[in-house]
Amino acid sequence: MANDILALLTGEVLEEDVELTLAELCYACQVPAERVIELVQEGIVEPSGQNPAHWRFRGVSVYRVRRTLRLQQDLGINIAGAALALDLLEEIQTLRMRLRRLER
Amino acid sequence: MEFKDYYKIMGVKRDATQDEIKRAYRKLARKYHPDVSKEPDAEARFKEVGEAYEVLKDPEKRAAYDQLGANWKAGQEFRPPPDWDQGFEFHGGGFTGAGAEGFSDFFESLFGRGFAWSGRGGGRTEFNARGEDTYAKVLIDLEDAYHGGSRMLTLKHSELGSDGRPHIKERTLNVHIPKGIRQGQHIRLARQGGSGIGKGEAGDLYLEVEFRAHPFYHVEGKDVFLDLPVAPWEAALGAKVKVPTPSGPVDLKIPPGSRGGCKLRLKGKGIPARPPGDFYVVLQIAVPPAKTDAAKAAYREFEKALKFNPRERLGV
Repeated sequence: MANDILALLTGEVLEEDVELTLAELCYACQVPAERVIELVQEGIVEPSGQNPAHWRFRGVSVYRVRRTLRLQQDLGINIAGAALALDLLEEIQTLRMRLRRLER
Repeated sequence: MEFKDYYKIMGVKRDATQDEIKRAYRKLARKYHPDVSKEPDAEARFKEVGEAYEVLKDPEKRAAYDQLGANWKAGQEFRPPPDWDQGFEFHGGGFTGAGAEGFSDFFESLFGRGFAWSGRGGGRTEFNARGEDTYAKVLIDLEDAYHGGSRMLTLKHSELGSDGRPHIKERTLNVHIPKGIRQGQHIRLARQGGSGIGKGEAGDLYLEVEFRAHPFYHVEGKDVFLDLPVAPWEAALGAKVKVPTPSGPVDLKIPPGSRGGCKLRLKGKGIPARPPGDFYVVLQIAVPPAKTDAAKAAYREFEKALKFNPRERLGV
């Protein structure tokens, strides 16, 4: 990979530029479509589009799906619990940021 | 190789029941799960706990481990006795999901690698020749998010060597930082992740962006905050002052009668995302020191002229 050192790598911002189909999301997270459909039903990821064939997921869904699956697998919590944990973790992150500013 | 005391790691007695072990694991897993924990060594601890649980939750492996005897101490130099596991039949499967690739040499010497790599419910076991997606956190300056540009980033990663074991390698990438990127967002670099197997494509590399702490700017999402010291007369009478922003200094009008802590918004001067964030100036009233006689006299004059009770709202 020696030529990487000089070549300028340009990527996309996952949260802004990337949109994924159901198949692409499954591929990125290495999960079968049924799992992703379960997460959609729970509102953990919210695609635009009418039906699975037309679904488009925001890039950040990759992280939400992976995180949910890890939490489920490692902590033995169900999907609803993982969804709650995910929301609370995001809120904590926002609050920590604010706290850091105010505590200076 | 060092002996690992799995009971100590889990904080349970050697005669703990399977239920007690499970409870101990759940508690530790919640505490050290890398998605949840803020402990600095969370990931290492989580792997260690996962490894201990992998052995202790499985009556077969636990019995084999117990066979080694209770006299071993954690960290003691360890070599498995010959034929130590003779007569034990291990069944794979039922993996804790703690991430088998991180298991210690100690675990491998007892239970082998085959164990560790088999049976995980998630992606890794699926037959797939594409390389793994990898992930790294990178520190950039807030200014990079304002202007964009390229940055040299050094990443450490582990690569499977010809001996089939992971080795730590370092590499430097020249990465374009897109203008408007925010803390916590990810830059996806296609095919810069783990190498594929056989003819498979490499995985993608995700860079999670974090801003280096700035001496006076503070970032919240796409909004940027600055504490701006102002003199009491500037706050009281209003003033026009120069204010630094990451995109260059601007003139700011402080309205008369401003209080400390009040926020003035410069619309669209935050991180240039789509749409851009705002820049907030938070006023901090700075009190001039009263070190000279002239300064003290001025304060006395002030006191006489204003008849000001700062604690009026407190009713005293």
